[in-house]
Amino acid sequence: MLGVFRHQANGARLIVSKFLGQGKGGCSVRRPFVHASPLSRGMADVAVVADKMNVRDALNSALDEELTRDPLVYVMGEEVGQYQGAYKITKGLLEKYGIERVRDTPITEMGFTGIGVGSAFYGLKPVVEFMSINFAMQAIDHVINSAAKMLYMSGGKISVPIVFRGPNGAAAGVGAQHSQCFAAWYGSCPGLKVLMPYDAEEARGLLKAAIRDPDPCIFLENELLYGVEYPMSAASKDKDFTLPIGQAKIMREGKDVTIVTFSRQVEIALKAADILAKDGISAEIINLRSIRPLDRPCINNSVRKTSRLVTLEEGWPQHGVGCEIIATICDESFFYLDAPPERICGADVPMPYAVNLEALAVPTMDDIIRIVKRCCHRGRAAA
Amino acid sequence: MAVRQALRRAGGRLLATQGAMAPAALGVAGRGLSTSAEPITLEIPVPFKGHNVEPPSRTVETSAQELTEFFRTMFVMRRMEIAADSLYKSKFIRGFCHLYDGQEAVCVGMEAALNDKDCIITAYRDHCTHLGRGGTVLEVFAELMGRKDGCSLGKGGSMHMYNKKGGFYGGNGIVGAQTPLGAGLAFAQKYLKVEGVTLAMYGDGAANQGQLFEAMNISALWDLPVLYVCENNHYGMGTAEWRSAKSPEYYKRGDYVPGLKVDGMDCLAVKQAVKFAKEYALKNGPMVLEMDTYRYHGHSMSDPGSTYRTRDEISGVRQERDPIERIRKLLLSHEIATVAELKQIEKDAKKEVEDALSKAKESPSPDSEELFSNIYRKSYGAKSYGADRKEVVVTLP
Repeated sequence: MLGVFRHQANGARLIVSKFLGQGKGGCSVRRPFVHASPLSRGMADVAVVADKMNVRDALNSALDEELTRDPLVYVMGEEVGQYQGAYKITKGLLEKYGIERVRDTPITEMGFTGIGVGSAFYGLKPVVEFMSINFAMQAIDHVINSAAKMLYMSGGKISVPIVFRGPNGAAAGVGAQHSQCFAAWYGSCPGLKVLMPYDAEEARGLLKAAIRDPDPCIFLENELLYGVEYPMSAASKDKDFTLPIGQAKIMREGKDVTIVTFSRQVEIALKAADILAKDGISAEIINLRSIRPLDRPCINNSVRKTSRLVTLEEGWPQHGVGCEIIATICDESFFYLDAPPERICGADVPMPYAVNLEALAVPTMDDIIRIVKRCCHRGRAAA
Repeated sequence: MAVRQALRRAGGRLLATQGAMAPAALGVAGRGLSTSAEPITLEIPVPFKGHNVEPPSRTVETSAQELTEFFRTMFVMRRMEIAADSLYKSKFIRGFCHLYDGQEAVCVGMEAALNDKDCIITAYRDHCTHLGRGGTVLEVFAELMGRKDGCSLGKGGSMHMYNKKGGFYGGNGIVGAQTPLGAGLAFAQKYLKVEGVTLAMYGDGAANQGQLFEAMNISALWDLPVLYVCENNHYGMGTAEWRSAKSPEYYKRGDYVPGLKVDGMDCLAVKQAVKFAKEYALKNGPMVLEMDTYRYHGHSMSDPGSTYRTRDEISGVRQERDPIERIRKLLLSHEIATVAELKQIEKDAKKEVEDALSKAKESPSPDSEELFSNIYRKSYGAKSYGADRKEVVVTLP
């Protein structure tokens, strides 16, 4: 790209880049391409890997490293380029990698998702961003029918190395159409991999793993965690750091009850566990990381040790992730249970807007403590 | 007399092949007759119609070899589809089966203008398209019958045939989904600087799909080398075009994307249009090609095809516009082949199809283990389950 500096009226400098129309011979129209210079905006830099990072920067660093590592990787979505990303996950990437590899799309999820999947058929490795996973519903036919099922239907001929990513589930005050959790729906599809990171290190390691993975992965992030900082291990700073797909992590060991959860609720469960410890209940917290493939051995081994199970998620209860976890325990470890399993889920309602109602629609720490105690036969008896 | 006329037209080189035209030599090489590559110039009878583009010339260059190959290939395709009809009625084929007979000129004409750098993606009426991209009749029949030697190992069925090496991406069951997928293939070709185009094929039924317009918008914006090929057979299942589209001028529906309307029953017109459009797309981006074609069968094997159109209409098209008959007339009138030679080609084609059919019938069903294969490329030891979770647990390969 040729760069020409021009001064704006307010003194800020803009880099006006021109590029030839693509394709051989070129279009007759030269379209000016304007983006903010780092000097005027101060934000067009990719994240630097550090000892403490927030989830946003961790994701950004993962995208940056994978774009460098493999020329077949490219990023596509609404506002990912010039706007620096609706949630700034892709900041600095356009400036660093150019328009060929960081593609702003029109607001046409079905169209651009289909294009991403088609390019993956050919052999590219797209990372398709949905501004909200709720919008992916417009494109869900391509995620499931075009991507997830393709390897199987083609008898192994066509694989689809694509990553779909975006913020999933409840945020704060965004209302019914922007708050649904899709872990359960996507988690039921064979052929798809469903990943849900919790902290910054997981976001980085799992996204890098997903991009390198040859199968379609849907990467469900959490908007409320984007700005939260976490310590990063030394190993996680390596440019080849990945976390294994299909393996859960035991965040805290315990012996009285197993709490299985993922994403943001991991943090709340850990805090609840501290409080429960004071009451003499030792809770083991499992962070799934991978909704599909599900780490059944980890969950079963834990429940065989503790004899009690509580599942915890923010999504809807009916046919939710918790149901599959309870089913897997019933299949393999039923006779180790000392109490019926409990599931803690979001309320069985569309997400309301009013702040007090919204608070009732998502599990709280008090809910976790009360329910764990109930499962351990302490506190209020079950109805 | 006829032989000398052909020689004069084709030039001296034909002298070398003169021996091949003797009846005694027929059936030995399977082709015999005039397989000269000497150019023959013809006029396309039905004019092109352009939308925001000057249509190509109606003068097309072909050869005896090419016309003979058109005839042979279309005949094989026709026999294959008719055999599939019988197979379905005798319950060897289950589920959906959408037959292409009548539309052969589209995929055969296209292939004459394409090479192995180009890609094709289409919908569910894909048996002949698969063949055109290098598939075999055996693997089509075996796939239709759900056997191991099917092109998708028997796991896809009629609507899911693929040949990545040949640049054929299916075989898609969701109406319209293949159009942005095709734009994606073109995106990849451009990204990797491959000198090829993608033909994203769809029907008049799919032409109203929103995602088609989403794909057209992005491909025009990004100058993707994609050709949107609308196989307008005038009926989207049982709904005629005038009942489903406010504007059935599908070649104009791209608006800012230029379009061409083509007589889809004429191999040479299709070839000319695709050649022209490919050159355009490599430089400038997408174009729509509306192929005016016709299917003799109903939408699928469960549709008699006569409740929404008259039998007269079907037989009328067969009489006047059949693509194979058109080439036959050309071969005869240009004395490239005699009636007897064409009969031989037909006989060989029938045999080829019959042999493939018997071989396909012998192909076994897939092993039960195949239920769990090709879920993931990389399974990380994940398990999958059958209906009885205790009995059927598999660590995915």
